[in-house]
Amino acid sequence: MKVARLIWVGTRFRARELMVSRWFLLLCVLQPVIFATIAFYMFKAGGRPGTLLYAALGTGMAGIWSSTLFGSGGALQWNRWQGTLELLVASPPPFLVVLLPLTLATSVTGAYSLFATLFWGRVFFGIPLHFAHGLAFAVAVPAAVFSLGLMGLLMASSFILYRHANALSNLLEYPVWIATGLLFPLSLLPNWVGPVSWLLAPRWGIDAIRHAALGDGAVWFPIGMCAVTGGAYVVLAAAFLRIFERAARANATLALT
Amino acid sequence: MSTNLRVFFVGGLISYRALFNWIRLYIYIPTMLGSPLFQIVFFTYLGRYSHAGNGDAFFIVGNAVQVCGMSCVYGMTMAVANERWFGTLGPLLASPANRLAVFLGRGVPVFANGLIVSAFGFGVGVVLLHFRPPVHSLPALALCVCITTVSCTAFGMVLGSIGLRSKDFFFVANLAYFLMLLFCGVNIPLSVLPGWMSVIGRCLPLTHGIEAARQIAAGGALGDVSGLLWTELGIAAAYAAAGYVFFRALEYASRRSAVLDAF
Repeated sequence: MKVARLIWVGTRFRARELMVSRWFLLLCVLQPVIFATIAFYMFKAGGRPGTLLYAALGTGMAGIWSSTLFGSGGALQWNRWQGTLELLVASPPPFLVVLLPLTLATSVTGAYSLFATLFWGRVFFGIPLHFAHGLAFAVAVPAAVFSLGLMGLLMASSFILYRHANALSNLLEYPVWIATGLLFPLSLLPNWVGPVSWLLAPRWGIDAIRHAALGDGAVWFPIGMCAVTGGAYVVLAAAFLRIFERAARANATLALT
Repeated sequence: MSTNLRVFFVGGLISYRALFNWIRLYIYIPTMLGSPLFQIVFFTYLGRYSHAGNGDAFFIVGNAVQVCGMSCVYGMTMAVANERWFGTLGPLLASPANRLAVFLGRGVPVFANGLIVSAFGFGVGVVLLHFRPPVHSLPALALCVCITTVSCTAFGMVLGSIGLRSKDFFFVANLAYFLMLLFCGVNIPLSVLPGWMSVIGRCLPLTHGIEAARQIAAGGALGDVSGLLWTELGIAAAYAAAGYVFFRALEYASRRSAVLDAF
């Protein structure tokens, strides 16, 4: 019960903090809308206007990923800069439980981008928002957001020793957009990309959301895979934290920027 | 004269080394090379799926030229605006150095870095995406990239000058970088964009340079694109002048209000 309360309060606090940040306004609203507009015009130019909803969902999911990537990757760094990392590590609850709300909040805030691209597409490009399976869509979105938050936890836990997480974040934005088929099918890519994508929650998240919205595939299997990958991320994150947190404390590098 | 040249070249280089945060290899490689690499791959595949352009070359050339903005927009913004962030703006402005040399000198390393990033982008196209421009077109293509990088650097000067007063200069730089992807015909033919968007695009750096580079890569002659390149140079001169005027005006306003280092 105490853990659930900590996660709820921590997520709410961090999400409110993020919502007043201009950086997250850029990541969660402006950037996804700009990329959605680019995708809309590219599909229009190619004579494929029927794929606009496909593009809106993909760019929305890309926004959730960007928010999670920069927010979770930088979560520890921001705490280092603010001088609060040692306080967080020293607090009585397990550090995993303290860190989880920080990363969940970034993916929850990132969900703005999905609504922003759908709204933008509806208002300015006349995309019909008819979802094939409304209920499944309502389940798929939180499942995707939650699994990305857990992926953020894994990233944050593995970045604890790396003081330049922002550089890695800059690198990892596009590769995940590519490898998870957010804006074009994975079948266009070399065969080896397919198995890599199975390990990535955004792939299952976009499959679940897209299948629920467009009705062109199974919905519950990718939702289940969101849960499976999310669970695996938590196990890995716990193991990484045990190793890396101890190493950072032992070497006295926890607070070094 | 020699003092001004020293401020221009040596001062520009030293300030770049001091203020450009991403110059260390562990930041430079992922940010200035890794991100452009994947940007080019991403948009080329998106182009294949959408059928928006006339083959892969449209996207490879567009993005390989545009990625010089990684250096020009972010680099130039840091090279000017970080003076304030690092608390060195006051001593700089108190010095008697020629302001034009101080200001323009910062653009030289940024320009050189922009060329490296763009050349790397073309290399990505050749190695990963089978981009094969005619060999005889390479010098003209290099000239297109040079001119476009100059105009992009000049655009970065404007953004950097704004950073002398605005505390969210990175927000502005990021927004500008993404909007260039939309407005400058990098991935979308200008003819597809609404009229007002293509008008804005034609007032921005990159647009004419990318158009020229595409024609050259398709086998066109330098003479065929000279109009586009002169227009790109004109845009570069206009932005450089605007950047310098902003720099001086904001310097004066900051000194007058005593807010040089205030946030």
